Amino acid sequence: MQTIVAYVENKPGVLNRVASLTRRLAINIDSLTVGPTENEEIARMTICAHTDEKGAQRLEASLEKLVDVLLAENISGRSMLERDLALIKVAADQQNRPHLMELIKVFRGRVVDVAPESLIVEVSGTVDKIDGLLEVLRPFGVLEMARTGRIAMTRGNDLLRPPEARSGGKAETAPASS
Amino acid sequence: MKLTGAEILCETLTRLGVQHIFGYPGGAILPVYDALGKSKLHHILVRHEQGATHMADGYARASGGVGVAMATSGPGATNMVTGIATAMLDSSPLVCITGQVSSKLLGSDAFQEVDITGITMPITKYNVVVSRAEDIARTVREAFIIANSGRPGPVLVDITKDAQQASAEFDWDACGPQLPPKRVRNNHDQVEFDRAVELLNAAKRPVILAGRGVMLSRAMRTFEQFVRTSNIPVAMTLLGIGCFPATDPMNLGMMGMHGEAWVNTAIQEADLLIAVGMRFDDRVTGDLRTYARSARKIHIEVDRAEINKNVVVDAAIVGDAGETLALLLPHMQTRDHSAWLAHIKELKGDSAVRDIQSLPDSGHLYAAHVINDLWKVTNGGAIVVTDVGQHQMWEAQYYHHNEPHTLVTSGGLGTMGFALPAAIGTKFARPDREVWAVVGDGGFQMTMSELATIVQEKLNIKIAIINNGYLGMVRQWQEFFYDKRYVATPLIAPDFVALANAFGIRGERVTSRKEVVPTIKAARSSDQAVLIDFRVEQEDSVYPMVPAGAPLHEMIRRPNNPLVETASEP
Repeated sequence: MQTIVAYVENKPGVLNRVASLTRRLAINIDSLTVGPTENEEIARMTICAHTDEKGAQRLEASLEKLVDVLLAENISGRSMLERDLALIKVAADQQNRPHLMELIKVFRGRVVDVAPESLIVEVSGTVDKIDGLLEVLRPFGVLEMARTGRIAMTRGNDLLRPPEARSGGKAETAPASS
Repeated sequence: MKLTGAEILCETLTRLGVQHIFGYPGGAILPVYDALGKSKLHHILVRHEQGATHMADGYARASGGVGVAMATSGPGATNMVTGIATAMLDSSPLVCITGQVSSKLLGSDAFQEVDITGITMPITKYNVVVSRAEDIARTVREAFIIANSGRPGPVLVDITKDAQQASAEFDWDACGPQLPPKRVRNNHDQVEFDRAVELLNAAKRPVILAGRGVMLSRAMRTFEQFVRTSNIPVAMTLLGIGCFPATDPMNLGMMGMHGEAWVNTAIQEADLLIAVGMRFDDRVTGDLRTYARSARKIHIEVDRAEINKNVVVDAAIVGDAGETLALLLPHMQTRDHSAWLAHIKELKGDSAVRDIQSLPDSGHLYAAHVINDLWKVTNGGAIVVTDVGQHQMWEAQYYHHNEPHTLVTSGGLGTMGFALPAAIGTKFARPDREVWAVVGDGGFQMTMSELATIVQEKLNIKIAIINNGYLGMVRQWQEFFYDKRYVATPLIAPDFVALANAFGIRGERVTSRKEVVPTIKAARSSDQAVLIDFRVEQEDSVYPMVPAGAPLHEMIRRPNNPLVETASEP
C-alpha cells in the first residue's frame, strides 16, 4: 500500500482527472479522500493505492503532469500520521449494551447515538485500530458502517505545503510562422 | 472594448500569432465562424474533422509551433478524437476548439451535444469547457501555453454557444493566463548528474539513442556538439529522424522493430546507452528482459513520468534535452571509440549486401526503390509526410533526412489516414518547401476526401501512393506469424489516376523501375498537386523485422531469393 498526498485546484472535474489517471495506469485505489485546505482554492487529497514503490513513483509523476494538480508526493515510508474515521451502527439491546460500551471504550470510540435496538459508534485512528474494533463488534451485528478513508500527514518539520502565488507561467508562445 | 465571445476568440487567436485554422463549421460553432469571416485568420475548410486535427498536427510538426483545429459540437468534436490521440502520443502541440451547446442545455442530451471534455480527458494534455464570454481569452491563452510547454501535447477548449454569443469586455492586459501555481521541482539531482558524467567518460561501447525530444527542445546544435565532443554514434527513433544528419558517419540510422540490423546489434552489444528525448517505446526495445543487457543506461528526458517506466536506468536527468546536454558538455572527455566504431561498420557491411538496393534489377518495382529514388531526385530536400505501415518504414530506411522537421509521421499511435491531411498542414507551415505525401493504398483510402481540400486551397503537394494492393504491414504479419492466411488484407482500390483527375488533380501511374525517376521529375516541375500511383511488388516485406516482444537482436532478415510475384497491371 502506498500513500500519496496531492494538492489540487479546488474545482469541478479534478477528482475525475485523478481517478481517470489511476484507471489508465491500472492502479487500484484503496481509499481517496478530498477536503478543502485553509486556502479555499486548493484541496488536499490523500490517495492510498494498491501498488509498489515503482507504481507509486509513476503515479506521483503522472499526477503532477495534470495541470490542476499543484503538487503530488509519495509519503510512504516517511514518518507520518494516518487517520481514518468510521461511524458504525451496531445492534444492541438492554442486555449486551453495557458489555458493548466497555469494548468501545477500550478502542477509544465514542457512542454518538443510542436507539432502543442499536447504537452508533464513532471511532477514529489508524486503519488497524478501526479494523480491530470492527472485529470485536461483528459478533453483536454490524448493521451499517461508513468510513472516510485515510488522511495522512508527515510529522514535525517534514512540511508539505501547497505552492503559493498564481503566475502567468512562461511567456506566451505564439505559433511559429514559416 | 465590448466584443462577443466569438469575436474575442478570433481576436485572441490573432494576437497569439495564429494564421491558419483547420476546421469544419456547424451549428454550435456558427457564431465563431461569423466572426472568423470578419477576421484576418485563414480558415481551411477540411472534408472531415479528423483531417482538421491531422492538418493542425502536421502544421505543428513542420513549423515547431502550435497547430489549431476547429469543429462543431457532437459528431464534429468526436471526429477529432483520433487526431487528438495521434498528437498526444507524439507530443505534438495542438489547440482544438469545439463548439458546445448552450450552457443551459448542458447535460440535457440536446441536439449534437456530446461530453467531449469527458471523452478526450485521457488523450489531451488538458481540456476545459468555457461557458462565459469573459473567460474565453484567458482560457485560450492558457491553452497555448499548456500545449507548447514542457512536453507538448494537445489541448481542447470546448466553448458553449451562449458564451460565443454573449458580449464581454475585452482587455488584453486584463485577461492574462492564470495557470495553477504548480510546484517548481528542482530536477537537477547532482548525484545522478555526476553518475551520468562518470558513465559517459568510462564507456567503451556507447550509443546515443535520440528521439523527438531533441527537436522539440530545438537542441540540434547542442546535440551535434555533444556527439562530436563525446565521439559517440547515434541511433534514432522513428520520430527522432532529422535531429542529426542521416548522412553523417556518426549516424547509425533508425533503431527498433524495423531498424537496420547493425543499429539493433550495436545497441545489444553496447556498454552504455544515452537516451535523449525518447521514451523506450516497445517498438524500440523489443523484449525488455533481453534489451541491451550489458549496457548501463542514462536517460535525459523532460517528462519525469517517463523515467524508469519501461527501462530502469542507472542515471536519470530530468530536464530539457538541450539544457541538459549543454550542462554535460563541459564535463565530457573526448574518447577514442575507433575500435567500437569500426566494429559497427563491420556489422553494417553484412547488411549492405542484403539491402534491396544492392539486389540486381529483376524488372520488378519495389517500394524501397521508389523511396530511394525519391530521395535522390529531391536531393533529400523535401519534407516527407508518411502514413502508417510498410511504406512508412521504407521511408524511414531509404529517405535520408539531414534536417529536422522534414519527416512528418505518426509514430506512437500509428494512425492510418494521417499522411494526406498532415501533408496539407505541413504545406501551410512550410509553403517554401517541397512537400511529398508518401502513403499506402490502404491509408490513402481512409482520408482521400482531403484531395478536395488540396484543390480548394490550390496547394502544391505531391502524393506518392505506394500501391501494393494489400494492407501491406498487416499482410506481412500474416505472412510471418499467421501462416500466410491473408484475411481481410487484399484490398481493392479505385483507379487512383482517374480519382485524382476527378478532383482536378493530375495523376500518373508507374509500373516499372525505369519510369520512377522521370515521373518524379515531371511531377516536381509542376507547380500544382500531382498524384502518382506506384504499383509496387504486392508481397514484399519490410526487413529486418524484430517480431513484437522478441529480443532486439533476433531479427527476421531479407531472404536471399526474394519475390517472384509481380505487381498487377493497371
